[in-house]
Amino acid sequence: MREFAYERVASLQDAAAKAASTPGAKFIAGGTNLVDLMKLEIETPTHLIDLNRLGLDKIEETDDGGLRIGAMVSNTDLAADLRVRKDYGALSRALLAGASGQLRNKASTGGNLLQRTRCPYFYDTNQPCNKRVPKSGCAAIGGYSRQLAIIGSSDSCIATHPSDMAVALRVLDAVVETVNSQGRTRAIPIADFHRLPGDTPDNETALEPGELITAVTLPRPIGGVHHYEKVRDRASYAFAVVSVAAVIQRDGTGRVALGGVAHKPWRIESAEALLPNGASAVVAQLLAGAKPARDNAFKLLLVERTLAAVIAQARAHEV
Amino acid sequence: MKFDTPAGHNPIDRMAVVGHPHDRIEGPLKTTGAAAYAAEHHHEVENSAYGYIIGSAIAKGHIASLDLSAARSAPGVLAIVTAQEAGKLGKSKHNTVKLLGGPQIDHYHQAIAVVVAETFEQARAAANLVLVEYTCETGSYDLAEALKSAPYVDSDGKQGKGAPSVCRFGDFEAAFDAAPVKLDAIYTTPDQSHMMMEPFATIALWRGDELMVWTATQMIDWGRTDLAKTLNIPQQKVRLISPYVGGGFGGKLFLRADAVMAALGARAVKRPVKIAMPRPLIPNNSTHRPATIQRIRIGANRDGAITAMAHESGSGDQPDGEPELAVNQSKLLYAGANRLTSMRLAVLDLPEGNAMRAPGEAPGMMALEIAIDEMAEKLGMDPILFRVKNDTPVDPHEPQRRFSQRNLVRCLEEGAERFDWRKRNPQPGQTRDGRWLIGLGMAAAFRNSMLISSGARVRLKPDGLIIVETDMTDIGTGSYTIIAQTAVEMMGVPLTQVQVKLADSNFPVSSGSGGQFGAASSTSGVYAACVKLRESVAQRLGFNVYDTTFADGMVTSGNRSAALIDAARAGELSEEDAIEPGDLEETYQISTFGSHFVEVGVDAYTGVVRVRRMLAVCDAGRILNPKSARSQVIGAMTMGVGGALMEDLVVDKRRGFFVNHDLAGYEVPVHLDIPHQEVVFLDGADDKANPMKAKGIGELGICGVGAAVANAVYNATGVRVRDYPITLDKHLDGLPALI
Ligand SMILES: Cc1cc2nc3c(=O)[nH]c(=O)nc-3n(C[C@H](O)[C@H](O)[C@H](O)COP(=O)(O)OP(=O)(O)OC[C@H]3O[C@@H](n4cnc5c(N)ncnc54)[C@H](O)[C@@H]3O)c2cc1C
Ligand code: SF4
Repeated sequence: MREFAYERVASLQDAAAKAASTPGAKFIAGGTNLVDLMKLEIETPTHLIDLNRLGLDKIEETDDGGLRIGAMVSNTDLAADLRVRKDYGALSRALLAGASGQLRNKASTGGNLLQRTRCPYFYDTNQPCNKRVPKSGCAAIGGYSRQLAIIGSSDSCIATHPSDMAVALRVLDAVVETVNSQGRTRAIPIADFHRLPGDTPDNETALEPGELITAVTLPRPIGGVHHYEKVRDRASYAFAVVSVAAVIQRDGTGRVALGGVAHKPWRIESAEALLPNGASAVVAQLLAGAKPARDNAFKLLLVERTLAAVIAQARAHEV
Repeated sequence: MKFDTPAGHNPIDRMAVVGHPHDRIEGPLKTTGAAAYAAEHHHEVENSAYGYIIGSAIAKGHIASLDLSAARSAPGVLAIVTAQEAGKLGKSKHNTVKLLGGPQIDHYHQAIAVVVAETFEQARAAANLVLVEYTCETGSYDLAEALKSAPYVDSDGKQGKGAPSVCRFGDFEAAFDAAPVKLDAIYTTPDQSHMMMEPFATIALWRGDELMVWTATQMIDWGRTDLAKTLNIPQQKVRLISPYVGGGFGGKLFLRADAVMAALGARAVKRPVKIAMPRPLIPNNSTHRPATIQRIRIGANRDGAITAMAHESGSGDQPDGEPELAVNQSKLLYAGANRLTSMRLAVLDLPEGNAMRAPGEAPGMMALEIAIDEMAEKLGMDPILFRVKNDTPVDPHEPQRRFSQRNLVRCLEEGAERFDWRKRNPQPGQTRDGRWLIGLGMAAAFRNSMLISSGARVRLKPDGLIIVETDMTDIGTGSYTIIAQTAVEMMGVPLTQVQVKLADSNFPVSSGSGGQFGAASSTSGVYAACVKLRESVAQRLGFNVYDTTFADGMVTSGNRSAALIDAARAGELSEEDAIEPGDLEETYQISTFGSHFVEVGVDAYTGVVRVRRMLAVCDAGRILNPKSARSQVIGAMTMGVGGALMEDLVVDKRRGFFVNHDLAGYEVPVHLDIPHQEVVFLDGADDKANPMKAKGIGELGICGVGAAVANAVYNATGVRVRDYPITLDKHLDGLPALI
């Protein structure tokens, strides 16, 4: 860990302005990902701007009947919110399937979206990794890739995004609200928030330098049965091998997003039209063009069978 | 005290205190945080500086250049010690590879330097400023590949002189050819990491030419001797202390880099130095359980009698290393007139392989006990009946050698009864509970039990306090408590009047903790010392020792009686002795037995495996403390589940290292993975084992668990997986089709 300065600011505006004008600055929220990465010198900020105590910890109803979730709302509080449990069950389930109770108490909504990959080579600074050190190469390609991506990857990087919450947000069409150093606000649809790796796997999101997440909004509830199926080798405290977030309606239509398969939550809206035809039809389109490695080719079948479990449960729920 | 004839009746047989489920006497210290672990001896050591170990970034080659200038001038840095600064170091016989590398590099994360600074953070930051350039060499990292040309070896890793190291009895090939029912299958087990909770940690302090070391170790005397040898100093100059250890599982049997680097660092800065190894360094820097590739062939008559049994195993290690002894149990567990066992050892440039909980038997039983399940199925026999059919009262290779005690059949039958084994459908893939496929599986448990020489000193103070001193360690196992119980039983005083002092190299040398020999050996040593103390008490009181009893603080002989404390009024009485094994282990085969039963659910959609309930029935002689013994067994069962379902140090065969080298990447079971465990101990006392009539339990508990899980998974799915760990991807495409 390198030496760094720590600062509390008076307002969001200040936070964004300071971040843009201070070289090496970063925001710190719960610190559950950032501090670990700093210890390993994978992240080396010289200046930390604390986002706690800036009033970002509220969940409010929006005018159009949705919810606005402050960026600093903890994963624990968000999962427990009655409105979330009632109308956005996929989100609540996804959060509770992640990390551990202690971590969820600290982990924030904004930080969760921005947590970095769990690719083991990313974590080992002796290994080449384009995401950690641009243009250094990728040790994972041709190496141990069981946890890594099967679709949307590139010759530069085959990492996955590890968040469970983001997969649920994707299926719920959430929008990420931000403010930049000039005080300009933006609303970024979750579909556009995370990027595919391409040639620049170090550039992971649509955020500009200094831009700060203020909230995540959820549109009006869409009803349906909400699912979050997380497949993992042990029963708790493990990242997803694959996960399926889904909202299935009474007539068998619905939405599906996948975790553990790509550099971002994976959703292809056109594939969802096939939901009434069953899992294999959906997956054929959802994962068309997948390029798995030898270690993770099983994820294709696993996604199909996990989605089949979700569909079967939704059907059972109807009767 | 030489133990060369079976134990007769002795004071332990009273079992007024021994055999009772006492709470750990040091428990409150641990639950309140007052017990000082290796890195926590702040009261004894002030002003300690912090060391941070740098591990090699390559697996094989040498250091071309090392630039320390930026690190040396970093804030707080006091010194940096590399192989060059350290000068020539020795290497103990317990270490296959030297603990400080450079310029030659033997494996990934081998220590190449320690940075010492005022604070931990400064040392860590400066370590990242050390610039190292390496010249890489190609290494051998692929076990299957390397085994193709690997030689047969004996258990010490040496190639037998002349004859190949293949152990034969009868004519295996002919019997196997002739057998009407046979199995020939390959099983693989992966490299595994001990992943004990407490990392390797040491505080080192020099006083002149004397070195004090607080360190986390299972073996005080090996640690002291090997540290002295490594530093080229006389062993009397080293004092090692390790009162509390947060687990070891074999990883802490041997001197490791934390102790060596702390000692070198402290010498350089003339100040105490503390090192706690960061988790991501541990799997590649230290030792691991080596992967195995095992071939098992079994031939049997249609009635289920085994006629031919071959178990061959291959593993790898650094040059001059040793093989994983995965075939040991196959010489002893089942009958059969024609037998073959062999081991091959490949040279690999991966980190050093070495002992991990039940070395040999743990991976060996993972393979053998699947093979037995497969054979039973081929024979159309219940796997318990098949095992019972092939039970043997004697060592099959040396039929004149009997087992001292062998209650395998009782373990199997009692387990079957308690687990409701009858309910198992022998047809796999047939039992459903909603979306879960349900399976029951079982395996035998087997592990040898050794008596290791072990010493102790017992003192009777004038105030009546009894102090036991031995360099035995308590690695979370409960040594403090069973040693106290032993002294209480022998001296006839209440538990509150006994103080147990452990794990200091100034105390008599004990067995240490390992190989499931610690409990029985160290208490036998305390027994021996107490026998001597009883003699001198009797003498002081003018009693005849042979008919003297010690109970309730009183010493009684015939119609005479005195308070024990009276014997020490004239001054402390102190006696020291050691238990020394005789040759009973040659006359008798002394082993522990058990059975493991497991029920699993396998998600019919995703293939995810979850254990539902587990049972172990153990036959391990006298159980000294059923509470701490149960803790050992449930811990071992949990570790067995880890081995069966998730633990896997993944080798990057291009770069030569274990990739998932932290606790996020290397999964071990969490609470939710282990819903229900039951442990049953058969009553017993093995008089051929030692005067305590107790045997090991801590490793028996893991032997066979993995196979019991594997057999349950097979019973659930009908897909046989022979490649551990049994992760969902290995049977997913064989699961029932979805509707
Ligand atoms: C052992 C372990 C297990 C875990 N298991 C899981 C799991 O199973 N599933 C899962 O989904 N997650 C898991 N996590 C990850 C966890 O969810 C994240 O660490 C957490 O959500 C990050 O939130 P935080 O507030 O602590 O972020 P921080 O660590 O504070 O920040 C993370 C990043 O986000 C930036 N940032 C934070 N807030 C903002 C903001 N408002 N605007 C702009 N930038 C911001 C920071 O600068 C930093 O770069 C696990 C973590 C650990 C340590
Ligand atoms: S997959 Fe991506 S994160 Fe992993 S090593 Fe390659 S570039 Fe780095």
